[in-house]
Amino acid sequence: MGLLHRPRSTAEALDFLAAGPATLIAGGTDVFPALVDRPPPERLIDLTSIPGLRGIAVGRDAIRIGAATTWTDIARADLPPSCRMLQMAAREIGAIQIQNRATIGGNLCNASPAADGAPPLIALDAQVELASSRGLRVAPVENFLIGNRKTLRAADEIMTAVVIPRAFDDALSVFLKLGARKYLVISIVMAAALVDLDSERRVRVARIAVGAASASARRLRNLESRLVGMPADGDFRARIEDADFAALSPIDDVRATAAYRIDAARELVARALRLAGGAKDA
Amino acid sequence: MLDAPTHAGLRVNGEARRIRSAPSTRVSSVLRDELGLTGTKVGCEAGDCGACTILVDGEPVCACLVAVGQLEGADIVTVEGVAANTRYGAGLQRAFHAAGAAQCGACTPGMLVSAAALLDGNSEPSDAEIENALGGVLCRCTGYRKIIDAVKAAAGGDIALETTGEVGARIARLDGRAKVEGRDPFGADVIPADALMARAIRSPHHHAAFSFGDIDAFVAAHPGVARVFTAADIPGRNLHGVIAPFADQPVFAEREARFKGEAVALVVGERDCVAALDLSEFPVTWTPMAHVLTAADARQPGAVRVHASRPDNILVRGYVEKGEIGPATLAEAQVVAQIAFETGFVEHAYIEPEAGFARRVGDRIEIAACTQAPYMDRDDIAAILGIAVDDVRIVPTAVGGGFGSKLDLSMQPFVAVAAWLLNRPVGMVYSRPESIATTTKRHPAQISSQIMATREGRFVGIEFDARFNTGAYASWGPTVANRVPVHASGPYFVPNYRATTSAIHTHCAPAGAFRGFGVPQAAAALEQTIDDLAWRIGMDPLELRILNALDATTPTATGQVLGDGIAFRECLEALRPKWREARRRADAFNAEARGPLRRGVGVAGMWYGCGNTSLPNPSTMRIGLKRDGRIVLHQGAVDIGQGSNTIITQIAASALGLPISQFDLVSADTDQTPDCGKTSASRQTFVTGRATETAARALRARILRLGNAGAEARIEIGEGHIRIFDRDERRDVALADLEAGAFGYLLCAEETFDPPTSALDQKGQGTPYALYGFGAHMAEIEIDIDLGVVKVLRIVAAHDVGRAINPTLLEGQIEGGVAQGLGLALMEEFHPGRGENLHDYLIPTVGDVPPVEHILIEQPASVGPFGAKGIGEQALIPTAPAVLNAIRHATGVMTLRVPATPDRLRAALKARTRTGGG
Repeated sequence: MGLLHRPRSTAEALDFLAAGPATLIAGGTDVFPALVDRPPPERLIDLTSIPGLRGIAVGRDAIRIGAATTWTDIARADLPPSCRMLQMAAREIGAIQIQNRATIGGNLCNASPAADGAPPLIALDAQVELASSRGLRVAPVENFLIGNRKTLRAADEIMTAVVIPRAFDDALSVFLKLGARKYLVISIVMAAALVDLDSERRVRVARIAVGAASASARRLRNLESRLVGMPADGDFRARIEDADFAALSPIDDVRATAAYRIDAARELVARALRLAGGAKDA
Repeated sequence: MLDAPTHAGLRVNGEARRIRSAPSTRVSSVLRDELGLTGTKVGCEAGDCGACTILVDGEPVCACLVAVGQLEGADIVTVEGVAANTRYGAGLQRAFHAAGAAQCGACTPGMLVSAAALLDGNSEPSDAEIENALGGVLCRCTGYRKIIDAVKAAAGGDIALETTGEVGARIARLDGRAKVEGRDPFGADVIPADALMARAIRSPHHHAAFSFGDIDAFVAAHPGVARVFTAADIPGRNLHGVIAPFADQPVFAEREARFKGEAVALVVGERDCVAALDLSEFPVTWTPMAHVLTAADARQPGAVRVHASRPDNILVRGYVEKGEIGPATLAEAQVVAQIAFETGFVEHAYIEPEAGFARRVGDRIEIAACTQAPYMDRDDIAAILGIAVDDVRIVPTAVGGGFGSKLDLSMQPFVAVAAWLLNRPVGMVYSRPESIATTTKRHPAQISSQIMATREGRFVGIEFDARFNTGAYASWGPTVANRVPVHASGPYFVPNYRATTSAIHTHCAPAGAFRGFGVPQAAAALEQTIDDLAWRIGMDPLELRILNALDATTPTATGQVLGDGIAFRECLEALRPKWREARRRADAFNAEARGPLRRGVGVAGMWYGCGNTSLPNPSTMRIGLKRDGRIVLHQGAVDIGQGSNTIITQIAASALGLPISQFDLVSADTDQTPDCGKTSASRQTFVTGRATETAARALRARILRLGNAGAEARIEIGEGHIRIFDRDERRDVALADLEAGAFGYLLCAEETFDPPTSALDQKGQGTPYALYGFGAHMAEIEIDIDLGVVKVLRIVAAHDVGRAINPTLLEGQIEGGVAQGLGLALMEEFHPGRGENLHDYLIPTVGDVPPVEHILIEQPASVGPFGAKGIGEQALIPTAPAVLNAIRHATGVMTLRVPATPDRLRAALKARTRTGGG
């Protein structure tokens, strides 16, 4: 008989986790499909019953998103322009049915190479909070995602929140997802870009991340630094070099070839940058 | 103490419920199995299809992705409660029914509750908002457009529901109300709660020998398992196949399994116990063997044989020849266009996976399951059980989409054998991966197509060859191999013609029937070759088709002169103004284009023979008058969503001269309805329709004879009397005075219609079909040339339908065909052994199917009922080539491999840029 624990606090959830093998579940949008035709695990610990785990708090220095916050919550929230790319991603995850259940923490802990939440969070320098009986630790999302279905999370840890520093609220940001159909589609490749301008409308900071083209989403830091000082309406595309994508390691699969992924990543990055620079169309 | 609650409490459709199921149980299972709310359908158990969408606290979620314990205290609304518990639910149900937004009805509950949530929050949604709200629910029948129309109508409160009318009227489906209320029972909905359930043990290898371990020990170790069945348990013959002379598929493989997913054993037991089994513990040892997965590999010298009895892995070859293709043809032709084109496996992806149950009733077996072919099922099940065909009863349930795959047996032999031997009801529901991995597919094709023509564009010769990957078993491979050579000329006159085909066995799931039996693949090749010819001679592609169009006097590739029932040129000419305007608009757009977007407009023609190819395929219709004055129609044409329940009744009502409200339908049941053949080959409106028209006219004649009335007399039935109005006279016949006769009816007529065809001679010449449908689609597309992404902006569909019995249902068939054709062109491919789910196998969503404009050409065909023709397959055939030709118009790139996915298109565009071709 499958048990489902419904802890009321993170501490209680950690106690359940310490008591023996169990599967953490929030939105269930990854846990259930992974079963295929097998029965549910013997013990589930439901994180959606913990009131403190869901919700968005916009603080003075950072925005704190509870790990069990749904993508619908994020899409509907009043967030600064820098987070627009995260909200754009929220609206492209599966479809409404999925966005209403799937959570930001689940998206990261499931660690699919095609996790739509990863590129914008990496581009925002977001961090995750991990709780365990040893206390709380913090890690950048970029380091947390260590590979295909692999994360830094230890078996006795629970992700409690994602924290986005408010470094440049007013920077424009854009998320572009490429799939073979409109809804319910796993990304072939995606790009997130943020461009922060100085008073002369020159690039002060650029942040770029590409997803579904490596085991986990990747920042393009060399390109980011080369863009600094460019005018907002400059030719970003011309600054992009083949070498900028050297760190990506896409695969051939049923959705696309590896070669196409690199090609399309380059195109999406160019478009995302142009839009984040304030252009009306890509 | 680490307690977990064991009983969730929640509200379902306004009523407080305490749940007995384990809190980790999926909500979809709780609703269906514990609460009996089977209106919520299960399509994938992975959040990929949205069929199980329910509202949780007003928001749509997939019930298959939520553990019931997570919903403690929540408020749930399902389709059963959507009318009472949402503001717009009742209006939406009525609007869906009126607009023809429900065809098979399997996605309808998910669509309805999703739409109800939208309208409750936003009563004036934009098109984009509607699409966004419905984007999470897949539909395989409707092409979504009528669903969007229905949501708009419900929002506006403007709903006109027509429930009666003759041939030609847009009446709402007669079975539509049950569908929009979630009451129409599908295969999984009819399985009794106390039935044992079955799960199959299937090969994990493309080709493998196997041996069983200690099955008795397995049964003993799993209390609740009643028995395991293998080939040794089959009472009759361990063999079935839709074409008897080619029957080669075992119920359970013996010694070797020939495709990944082939069943070798069946575990049957109590529902909960069977659901909880880890089937990887089953005692079977596999020894993988050499395999071939493509037709090319299977034809290599020395390739492993799939069946020892079939040399060179050839199942069958097909052939049609007219005139002579040779040096003389080439000499006469001044221009040659040719292409080599390839397609992949395509999955039917109906929303309802295969399901049903069997029970033994004395020495008879009864099977209630989703099927397209009850009488064929009956005959094969009788052979498998070793009993007489009269001792098998097949009762089709509502069918949640078929498209050809539910012509073949799937779960029926398993539940039949188990129920027969255990003498208990046994049910089975395929999982989505099981459905995708093991049921039939569209044949992958490797095609070479060549047109020889004069410089003015007249076709001189067509040479065509197609090699089809037919998979491990025959299924409908012979039908595909024989139908394609007849159709590969397209609806064009060509004096010299040679078409050859072969169906090649591989270690893949059987390829079988899929909407068009190979003709869509052939048309995609030929119609692109025509565009290539147009480009070579600098002629407008539409005018080139008009120049060569078949007409009433020109012979087809098999030498048939149709005489009437052909309005192909009219279809093309009807497109002409829209074509010219769209081409002009696209050329202007491209001339101005600075960004990556280009536009293109393409056209493609189509013809399709209704019914079996040169083989008998009769339908028999019985119609009777009861003492209460009701007319009973034994409507044995299985309605798989296409609408035969409604169409056939409209034909009967018009031919008999009584209103639809006078009719009671007895739906397909081999004990109750005569054989109306299979629902396939676009034959039901034509063949069953014609049998119906004849039977209804015969019954009318019998009624009129009672009053010695003339043929034009009007009939009314009511208040215990038949009233016959003949000119100025009225004659009353008391029903009480009539004696019951055949089948207990006061009056009864039964008529059979078999289309007049002839066998084809050695060169394939003759009359393969009595009736053909014709049509042409125009596609307008936009392509992002830097990403290879295509968006279809508009389809204009012109179809020669003979007579539109019900224009709403016709349009629904066309829109659904367009969606499937678009999927074939752009996104759908099944890779054997990979991606057996609906997130790797992609079908179009609501955001991918454009508006469809309809041009229905009604030029009655003398052989059809009221002049009508079939439409089911016709609708799909021209879409893909029209889209591919539009891509060529936009970019100059010909698509030689479908689906034209972004990576393939981008690669083709880059190659073009390198070579500078255009």
